[in-house]
Amino acid sequence: MAILQIREAINQAIAEEMERDPGVFIMGEEVAQYNGAYKVTQGLWKRFGDKRVIDTPITEAGFAGIGIGAALAGIGVRPIVEMMTWNFAILAFDQIINHAAKARYMSGGQFKVPIVFRGPNGPAHMLSAQHSQALESMMAHVPGLIVMTPSTPYDAKGMLKTAIRDDNPVIFMESELMYGIKGEVPEEEYLIPIGKGDIKREGTDVTIIAWTKMVAVALKAAAELEKEGINAEVIDPRTLRPLDEELIINSVKKTNRVVIVEDSWPFASVGTEIAFRIHTKAFDYLDAPIEKINSADVPMPYAENLENESIPSPGKVIAAVKKVLYR
Amino acid sequence: MEAVTMKKEKSQSHKQQPRWADLDLTNEKLIKMYRDMLAIRRFEERAAQEYGKGKIGGFCHLYIGQEATGVGAIAALREDDFIYTAYRDHGQALARGMNMKECMAELFGKVTGCSKGMGGSMHFYDVSKGFMGGWGIVGGHPPLAAGTAFATKYQGRDSVTVCFLGEAATNQGVFHETLNMAELWKLPVIFICENNGYGMGTAISRAMAGENLYDKAAGYLMNRGAVNGMDVIEMYREMKKAIHLARTEFRPTFLEARTYRYRGHSMSDPGQYRTKEEIEEYKKKDPVETFPKELIQWGILTEADIEKMDEEIRAEVQEAVEFADASPQPPIEQLYEYVYA
Repeated sequence: MAILQIREAINQAIAEEMERDPGVFIMGEEVAQYNGAYKVTQGLWKRFGDKRVIDTPITEAGFAGIGIGAALAGIGVRPIVEMMTWNFAILAFDQIINHAAKARYMSGGQFKVPIVFRGPNGPAHMLSAQHSQALESMMAHVPGLIVMTPSTPYDAKGMLKTAIRDDNPVIFMESELMYGIKGEVPEEEYLIPIGKGDIKREGTDVTIIAWTKMVAVALKAAAELEKEGINAEVIDPRTLRPLDEELIINSVKKTNRVVIVEDSWPFASVGTEIAFRIHTKAFDYLDAPIEKINSADVPMPYAENLENESIPSPGKVIAAVKKVLYR
Repeated sequence: MEAVTMKKEKSQSHKQQPRWADLDLTNEKLIKMYRDMLAIRRFEERAAQEYGKGKIGGFCHLYIGQEATGVGAIAALREDDFIYTAYRDHGQALARGMNMKECMAELFGKVTGCSKGMGGSMHFYDVSKGFMGGWGIVGGHPPLAAGTAFATKYQGRDSVTVCFLGEAATNQGVFHETLNMAELWKLPVIFICENNGYGMGTAISRAMAGENLYDKAAGYLMNRGAVNGMDVIEMYREMKKAIHLARTEFRPTFLEARTYRYRGHSMSDPGQYRTKEEIEEYKKKDPVETFPKELIQWGILTEADIEKMDEEIRAEVQEAVEFADASPQPPIEQLYEYVYA
């Protein structure tokens, strides 16, 4: 099996889908001649040309809307819209929330909206507040959107291929700090379904729920905890909307204790929703209140020590696990 | 069409030929254009009444006064072309040939409506007719129209996409982003800016720097101009030119249609920010009144024809109201339908 970086796995997914379906194209800032701000689209412009790999002006709302309108045309066009980062996609939230997510509903089912919005999300490193924030909870709040957050090269490729083929607007959130992470990716084609989570580490004593780059934080914490005889299960929902509730509830029934780790803000987050669902669907199985670790409830500071204090870490996860285990 | 000024209306009486002689307008088509305008007028008048009776909820923006803009523009389109518009969408929907019963039923919030009762007044759709809605955020839909134009060009089709928008939408950032890319990428899209003079209750002079709306397209070097939106023939003529450019050269156009709405912004607006004189002045140019006079003058219609037509339309509107009234509301299960494909 090939060992690929996440950026290469995403690149393969895009290239394979463009090869398979001439209606697939990608547009965004610097995706073509510059080969992508994070080199995710490396080589695609050379391979597929101007028509299908399109550099846009810096105009997120505008090209998001053009992508949506292309999808709405219903003539076999499937846009992939790259947001250089999700920070900048905030400019396009009206297009995504008010237009892409609602077109089908408002029209009584007349539209399909086959479009993917993808790019890096979440705190990066020493970028201060405007370039370092996790926005998946805002997107996951919106009915009509699908939200996918891969954590490994394998998942990123299989999930993105599914997202491109889906007839709904998919919010695909990657991470700047994860593009270089390596992992095994099979040569043969595979797809990972929407709404299907994955057990990243099996365990019996506590369930740690994490996605995208928090999975690595959870796994590090789990490895440390093992030394102390605590066997943690790490669950990655992979898709946040729709959520793989069954996978989560089954794990909770097994371990009876839950820690949720996310690098978005704490108020009204996806983690809050997961905690609520566990409370309503597995209350009798819980042996301790659920713990939730988030980024601090502040805009991201620049100073390194403050940034480190703000974001979830293996140490914080370990402390939370011990708390739910009363140890 | 660059920076055209509107021609003064001239009397036709001394001419040997009607002013549309150079256009591909058959008598049949001319009659249909008039009929469409009249049908919109009668539909909207009735919608206002039904709104007053509480049969129609929410916001309801009427097209009364602006009929010539929509009808003239849409008459110039082909069946495989696309239309986007804002929330004042009843007129364009009917001009595109959408079923009047289904339109009225949508206003009534019924499952038989053109959006199955999910959209209401602001969100009419008939994708099978290329009528792409019906969008409620001022300035939100122009990039969608450009995107559909992008898609048809991408797929090698020669369809064009028309985007109706209000003049107030041209102050939105996304409008400018869209014009930039439409020209940069040579997209076959035509922006018809229906300048009715008021963004809700704010006169354009209080909201826009500059004098001419179409000047906004100048910075993008886009083909542009103004047209008398109260004149269905002039709308058709300028649209034909714009369509030709879009279809054959992938050149977008920004067309300012100068028009007027007689009613308030929506049903809840008495329109007290305008003078009676101003409204009366525009009513003299009312296309639903003036155009049939020309048709009579050229022997295309008689007074009797017009009376008969009006009766037919009133009956059609009555039938639409009865249909809407008798139709069921959407089943409760429909609440969760249509969220995802």
